[in-house]
Amino acid sequence: MAESQTVVSEKLATVGNGPSLLLRGVRKAFGEVVAVNGLDLEVARGECFGLLGPNGAGKTTTIEICEGLTAPDDGSVELLGMNWRDSANELRQRIGIQLQETQFPDKLTVEETLRLFRSFYRRGLSVDESIKTAQLEEKRGARVGGLSGGQKQRLAMACALVGDPELLFLDEPTTGLDPQARRHLWDLVDELKQAGRTIILTTHYMEEAERLCGRVAIMDHGKVIALGTPQQLIASVGAEHIVEIAVTGKDENAHGVLDAALVKAIPGIQSHRVDAGLHQFSVSELHTAVPRIFAALKEQGLHLSEFRTHSASLEDVFVGLTGRNLRDE
Amino acid sequence: MSRLAESSLFQLTAVRFRLLLREPEAIFWIFIFPILLAVGLGIAFRNRPADVLQVGATTTQLAQALAADKGLTAATMDEATGTHALATGNILLLAVQTPQGVAYKYDDTNPDARSARLLANRAIQIAAGRQEAVPAQDQLVHETGARYIDFVVPGLLGMNLMGSAMWGLGFSIVEARQKKLLKRMVASPMPRWQYLMSFLLSRLAMLVIEVAVFLGFARVAFGVPFRGSLWELGVLCVLTSLAFSALGLLVASRAKTMEAASGLMNLVMLPMWILSGVFFSASRFPAVIQPLVRALPLTAAIDAMRGNMLQGMNLGQLAVPLGILLAWFVVPFAVSLRIFRWR
Repeated sequence: MAESQTVVSEKLATVGNGPSLLLRGVRKAFGEVVAVNGLDLEVARGECFGLLGPNGAGKTTTIEICEGLTAPDDGSVELLGMNWRDSANELRQRIGIQLQETQFPDKLTVEETLRLFRSFYRRGLSVDESIKTAQLEEKRGARVGGLSGGQKQRLAMACALVGDPELLFLDEPTTGLDPQARRHLWDLVDELKQAGRTIILTTHYMEEAERLCGRVAIMDHGKVIALGTPQQLIASVGAEHIVEIAVTGKDENAHGVLDAALVKAIPGIQSHRVDAGLHQFSVSELHTAVPRIFAALKEQGLHLSEFRTHSASLEDVFVGLTGRNLRDE
Repeated sequence: MSRLAESSLFQLTAVRFRLLLREPEAIFWIFIFPILLAVGLGIAFRNRPADVLQVGATTTQLAQALAADKGLTAATMDEATGTHALATGNILLLAVQTPQGVAYKYDDTNPDARSARLLANRAIQIAAGRQEAVPAQDQLVHETGARYIDFVVPGLLGMNLMGSAMWGLGFSIVEARQKKLLKRMVASPMPRWQYLMSFLLSRLAMLVIEVAVFLGFARVAFGVPFRGSLWELGVLCVLTSLAFSALGLLVASRAKTMEAASGLMNLVMLPMWILSGVFFSASRFPAVIQPLVRALPLTAAIDAMRGNMLQGMNLGQLAVPLGILLAWFVVPFAVSLRIFRWR
């Protein structure tokens, strides 16, 4: 009885209710370096899923294994109920891929580039539609070489979309873009989310993952070290606010040494760490904790030289989990 | 839009074509350069009318006798001036009136001076009343096909086909690999064979223009002969281009950077520029290395084209170079398909 139920659910998976992406025990090493070390992931249809981590965490290797560009040493990869060994051609038709740092030929126009990519797919958007989606109407006849970084990235996105994919992979879509171009691309991803596409993206920008992703996996050294919605992950820091202070002695030039234990004893302060002379405390109730911190500093005869607070972010999650900053590497 | 224009093979080929035409340097090297080279060589090695030789004489009488020959121009000068003119190369020979008759001053190691000696002596003897023992007349022959330009045009054609096929394929592929475009292409459902096929198709389309322009120019400007069948010459050009495309593909199949590709490309092409008889006959190389020279694809291509154009040989008579070219197409193509690096 139980066996026949599994058979039924497996069948369902192939017709459309199963996960878009299923990784089980995926491992990949390049020589001595283990890039991906036993990864399990499941992404549901319609989800926007983020792989977050510093450079070298194994995000790109993971996404390229999913895209069928890199073969894993071990483990299983399933997309849309299919695997790369048996259904590569079918999968290529149904997924869209944007790679890191693809340079399209400079001397082709936007339209020619899209027309070329459209010709690879049995069905998909028209060239006009994809140009419109990527908001490149004005650049339609312009050569790729003359586009800005943001426009090139949107062209890459349009090439990924032109086959009307069910599953879209974006590898660091906003790396190297200026803030305005980044927000522009975020709007584009928002629209795709609303259209119900499954999106898997990698990023090392925390605010990008918070802004775009329904769920996030934080990767470090080839492993997922945390998984959940951005809110869940931020809540796992234990407090909603982060207070950062730097101190000097009473005399401006003297180095002040803060007795952190005294500060940590203040109710509402959850954790403490020091990063480049900056003390970071996670705090649940800012309005009661901050006056007490000031009082504690005064008792110790210390002078406050820097003071900042911000809402806890995924960055703080990463710092809390690894003791390192995301941009350290 | 028609179904053909929407097909991926058509689009890939059209893209190759556009990219080539938008590269002004490529247009220069493929279309203009061989014509400039042919013009330059044509001018340098043109067959001039027989030279008129400058000579000197010490008396007006002698000078008149000499000037009567169409092959000579003569000036009167005293012996000291004449000796100086000889030393500086202004004249080739000085005829000096002596009490006994005539003395000729000239350098017998200079072929032109020896000719001048023969002409001068004949002119002076005829002026003095000599009759020819046997009546003789000249029949001049300027055969097309035996000139240097006729020899060098097939050589340049072969060299040009080699260059454009190897650079055209090798460079574009390595550039696409370096810019991660190749990886992006295989991440799409594009059939991989079509990507490589698009290079061959655009190459063949370009070939028609390239060969027609160059040979048309050689025909019109120099009257280079086409003694064999034009259709068979076309087959030779296609086969040559395919062989060098395969070689270009092989060179590009692993190289990750343009620098590595350029180095390899020159390594492959340089020996052929020297050994394959573009500018002079390959048979001038020592017998020991002849088997190597004959086995090179450019030697085979140029030999076959010279056979067709200058000697009017048909494909059957050119079976050996054709076989060599075919082998150079099949083997590198098969090897590069096996070892090709798609990312």
